[in-house]
Amino acid sequence: MLAAIAFYVLSAIAVISALAVVSARNPVHSVLFLILTFFTAAGLFVLLGAEFLAMLLVVVYVGAVAVLFLFVVMMLDVDFAEMKQGFLSYLPAGIVVALALMLELGLVASAAMSADGVPIALAQTGPTETTNAEAIGRVLYTDYVLVFQMAGLVLLVAMIGAIVLTLRHRPGVRKQDIAAQVGRKRSEGVELKDIRPGQGLG
Amino acid sequence: MEISLFHYLIVAAALFTIGVFGIFVNRKNVIIILMSIELVLLSVNINLVAFSAYLQNLEGQIFAMIVLTVAAAEAAVGLAILVTYFRNRGNIAVEDINQMRG
Repeated sequence: MLAAIAFYVLSAIAVISALAVVSARNPVHSVLFLILTFFTAAGLFVLLGAEFLAMLLVVVYVGAVAVLFLFVVMMLDVDFAEMKQGFLSYLPAGIVVALALMLELGLVASAAMSADGVPIALAQTGPTETTNAEAIGRVLYTDYVLVFQMAGLVLLVAMIGAIVLTLRHRPGVRKQDIAAQVGRKRSEGVELKDIRPGQGLG
Repeated sequence: MEISLFHYLIVAAALFTIGVFGIFVNRKNVIIILMSIELVLLSVNINLVAFSAYLQNLEGQIFAMIVLTVAAAEAAVGLAILVTYFRNRGNIAVEDINQMRG
């Protein structure tokens, strides 16, 4: 009963804040609502018994991706009120597509009903000896080790791509060049002048 | 009433629909479009985890983790492209992006 109440509260907050993400005027509010959506989704994961993934969602999304979005939104000096212009003109088509999509997805989801229209219950999760994280580790590092490594490669490529895209060398910025400092020869820095008495360097 | 697989599927379907709806109505704002894509991927994750709990099989959670990785990578690269585009043009209007065609 408590789990049912938690489910309804969490899913209602998730859907409402997701609607706020796409309809908020200020993109900063959108990002904050996105964080709320991810938090509630993490709560749903906990209800499903996937604690490790819930914590991963909080750490990766709220800690990294949402903050990245926040950084970009605040860094770009864009007139966001002007970007909201086409919202009302696209709204009817958007609502039609959304209703059709929701209807289709609802029909597909109704396959999770048994023959007499009763929803199929989730399997009961009793207390187990192993935690969720340990169980995931046992599968991830044995059967799915290649997938795991591939995920690491995806992250590496994304990191290098993001750095290559945003790195720029501005001309005219004076920086310390340690190699040039260390590689200096005596002949480059000191010069002996033979000066006759009574004459200047002139 | 017992919470079943159907309930989770409906929540995920609602989030997916809202994500697609967000892509439709925010045609000018790339940042909101990227956030809508994140919503769509989140709904996919909810589906995967719900089926993983339903089937008592952890492979769904492994898959959800991979989707999470790809979503994070996509957000990073997408925002990097956005920042570069903004530096070059001074705005992020999506309509002009087709100028990048060769």
